Amino acid sequence: MDIFTPLEIEAIWLSLKISFWAMLWSMPLALGTAWILARCDFPGKFLFDGIIHLPLVLPPVVIGYVLLVLMGKQGIIGKFLYDTLGITFTFSWRGAAVAAGIMAFPLIVRAIRLSLEAVDQRFEAAARTLGANPISVFLTITLPLTMPGIIVGAILGFARCLGEFGATITFVSNIPGETRTLPIALYGFSQVPGGEEAAFRIVVISVVIALFALAGSEILARRMQARIGTGS
Amino acid sequence: MIAIDVQKQLGSFSISTKFESQARGIVALFGQSGSGKTSIINMIAGLLKPDSGRIEIDGRVLFDAENNINLKIEERRIGYVFQESRLFPHLSVRRNLHYGRKRAPTGGREVDFDQVIDVLGIGHLLDQKPLTLSGGEQQRVALGRALLSNPDILLMDEPLASLDVARKSEILPFIEMVRDSFDVPIVYVSHAIDEIIRLADTLVLVDNGEIAAVGPVEALTSRLDLRRLTGRYDAGSVIPATVDSHDEKYGLTTLSFNGGTLRVPHVTAREGTNVRVRIRAHEVSLSLQKPDGVSQINVLHGKIREIGGIRDNHDGTTPHDIDICVDIGVPLWVRITRWSLDQMALSEGKEVYALIKSTSIDRQSLGQKTHITEIKK
Repeated sequence: MDIFTPLEIEAIWLSLKISFWAMLWSMPLALGTAWILARCDFPGKFLFDGIIHLPLVLPPVVIGYVLLVLMGKQGIIGKFLYDTLGITFTFSWRGAAVAAGIMAFPLIVRAIRLSLEAVDQRFEAAARTLGANPISVFLTITLPLTMPGIIVGAILGFARCLGEFGATITFVSNIPGETRTLPIALYGFSQVPGGEEAAFRIVVISVVIALFALAGSEILARRMQARIGTGS
Repeated sequence: MIAIDVQKQLGSFSISTKFESQARGIVALFGQSGSGKTSIINMIAGLLKPDSGRIEIDGRVLFDAENNINLKIEERRIGYVFQESRLFPHLSVRRNLHYGRKRAPTGGREVDFDQVIDVLGIGHLLDQKPLTLSGGEQQRVALGRALLSNPDILLMDEPLASLDVARKSEILPFIEMVRDSFDVPIVYVSHAIDEIIRLADTLVLVDNGEIAAVGPVEALTSRLDLRRLTGRYDAGSVIPATVDSHDEKYGLTTLSFNGGTLRVPHVTAREGTNVRVRIRAHEVSLSLQKPDGVSQINVLHGKIREIGGIRDNHDGTTPHDIDICVDIGVPLWVRITRWSLDQMALSEGKEVYALIKSTSIDRQSLGQKTHITEIKK
């Protein structure tokens, strides 16, 4: 492993780990949220939709600061979680995963919602007449037909998590081995004299990871198209 | 047995439906677009909830507002063939066919998989994806999928409406075969009287959300008071008949009916088969004397039973022709000009000869009439 410096390996690993956990908690929630937005009508839906989209339009620093206030050890949520489960989020990679997930959330919801709205509900009615209960219909008809959107959402979300900077540095700061992801490491190098070379290496690493992710998503999307049988 | 008595308000449109049918085979719901036919079968399927009333099929109550019974769609044991095939695009034909089958209730009617594949001729399509199939093939698979869920009843909502004329005539025999091969009652929604005459035994006339009449297809299509609903331009008589003999030399088939015989272009049905002949009113002419030396090969003697009232066109003018019902053993509708009516001094009770050209008998409408006794062997 001479290609990468130990610091780089640590940053790559942290970025991947934080993004993975961010996706793990946000994907199911995003699917549920997308379903509510696509299929339900209720008073206050406009407001709900707006709140979901806040991370997309607010400065990331604002999200990071709000997280710090709410989830810090003295914050309402943070104190409760610390007292009951003994988990802290501030200055921890867990906090970074929360921040990354929140920032990626609206992107994932949008992608899934679009796909969900495109699912012809007449297929679902047909499945019901064939004896499938609503849960079974969701799992065998709705979910597979929404899969392209779920994959697009996952890729967009994962990419957003890898690149997350503003909310993360505000909420969990820059701690080597804990919260120093690739973007934060890059920022760090750009702030010290003589850090140009190290910064450039991280730029290259980021580009390579992004290209791999794009290629992977393209392959997945094609496979999905073939499975659904719509051709390309 | 099907017993339906439901009410439903949809905006300003109200549906109030009550009919019962003991008959097996195909019950057709016929009416113009927007008359509420589809809403009625959607209420049977559970896709639309009636405001009040009761739905019972073969002794099973699917819906009863008074007793708070409203079975879920998936518990109703219905097979639904929609206007569009609605095959699941992400599943192969085989998995589409199995979708309802593996969820089907056990212990009831068991439809045989291989027999369905065989009757519908879809064996070679099993591993394909629905979107690679033609419209006709898709509809055949959809028919098989509904049938394989072992339903108590098959609902068909204009299954031919989205197909072109060639595909329609390709699918019709399959629906006939399903009707004859599987002992499943069918409720068939259509606004095409040709399909209904060919397929159905019982006709339910739907008009503006209400049932105008229920009865055998032959009886209802001969009734003048229902003519507005059964269609002026398609006006004609439906006569039940039996294949009597074939004349190979001239390519004609003789049919016998209650009142005489009819010669029609050769039909493939075996002798003794029950068929249904449709004779369009404007293709029959009348003569006061027994005609001699005419090219029409069917000359039937009868009495004028009824002379239709003069209709009004929608634009206020009076049409030039008029419908007359002649009793030739069965009611036969004839459309002549009002001029001829006066010239011939026709009146009710007068004896006339009806002239029908054999080629004017629509072979498409020679529906195979079946009885449940034949299906059970």
